Amino acid sequence: MRALVIDDSRAMRMMIGRLLTQQGFEILQAGDGQEALDVLGACEPHELPVLCTVDWNMPVMDGLTFVQSARKRTELRDLTLMMVTTESENHQVVRALAAGAHEYLIKPFTAEAMADKLDLLGLDPSRRVA
Amino acid sequence: MTLSPEAFRFVADLVRRESAIVLETGKEYLVDSRLRSLAVAAGDADVNAYVDRLRRPDGAREKSKVVEAMTTNETSWFRDREPFQALSGTIFQELMQRPNASRTIRIWSAACSSGQEAYTIAMLAAEHVVPLGWRVEIVATDLAQSMVDRTREGRYSQLEIGRGMPAPLLVKYFQREGTGWKVSDQLRSMVRVQTLNLAAPYPPMPVFDIVFLRNVLIYFDAATKKQVLGRVRQVLDPQGYLFLGGAETTLGIDDSWERSTIGRFTVNRPRGAVAAPTVGTAPLSGLAARKVI
Repeated sequence: MRALVIDDSRAMRMMIGRLLTQQGFEILQAGDGQEALDVLGACEPHELPVLCTVDWNMPVMDGLTFVQSARKRTELRDLTLMMVTTESENHQVVRALAAGAHEYLIKPFTAEAMADKLDLLGLDPSRRVA
Repeated sequence: MTLSPEAFRFVADLVRRESAIVLETGKEYLVDSRLRSLAVAAGDADVNAYVDRLRRPDGAREKSKVVEAMTTNETSWFRDREPFQALSGTIFQELMQRPNASRTIRIWSAACSSGQEAYTIAMLAAEHVVPLGWRVEIVATDLAQSMVDRTREGRYSQLEIGRGMPAPLLVKYFQREGTGWKVSDQLRSMVRVQTLNLAAPYPPMPVFDIVFLRNVLIYFDAATKKQVLGRVRQVLDPQGYLFLGGAETTLGIDDSWERSTIGRFTVNRPRGAVAAPTVGTAPLSGLAARKVI
């Protein structure tokens, strides 16, 4: 299973990537929403990630716009989108969910919190059927 | 139960030395269940092999993980997931099919700690029961006054909220307050909180349809477990449901219970209760319904 980590901070991409690698994911990376759409566009259907973690504030294309764009593409209908951001106001969570995000993880977070979110999304490796 | 007496003594000595928490004989289940995931992560076949690893000169890092695992009061929203899927997908529906003049479901969250379990139940009730014109009354109890106060207050830090709270339910039932979140008045009005010692005679209590007694029995010796189960039986409806933790059982302790399976979850019922209906295990509301496990 592949995951695409979208964040303009290289350090954050590495950190999230490491946590997801421990959970059994193969990691792709993108530094903004447009780059993420390019990465996804270059994937064959069987190569598509099952999960994107999406930062909100990024240059070129922000995370909310990326989520809205990804949701419009039928070839990405099975993609699970999780915002991972410092934006923590109630109305921002509401906005992201309305745009099509499935989950929302507020930075800073612990490894256990990430694991809990994967569990909620049915992406926990210990519950995954091989 | 796989933990050897030698391995248990080693872990108990380690934890007492590092944390002053005493793990008496009878807590083997607790050690076994808490260390299982560490053993798996380290690539060991079982907890005994993992404890052998701790004894080696290079075991210091693993030892600190063990102390943390044994002393952390783990609590999270929708903890273990399956019990709550059984509750919302089957048990609520079964209870609402019964004749019940007051249209009220009563639930006890025993040893509620900081309240995540009680409010998780309240969220599911608000989603699945209240819209159908039924009421849900939840009694949350804990031995510690500090936990009772925390539950009553219903304030949680961002890190606490991060442990398993589905985002759609967060925005529906919590308000941002400073750097944390506060549970809504709707949920708070469903939960009554009080101190209670499970190992002593109980004050007058209502008859409950469901009792959550999860990850509590592991702290008691066999005689106290039997006493607690006996008291719980007195306040549980004869057709009610008892939820225990994943590593807990009534087997070999109190034979007045029988087990019933709902999906991947095993619930305990007073012996003689009718079999659980197969209403189904609908996905939890707000929990990535499109992902089927």
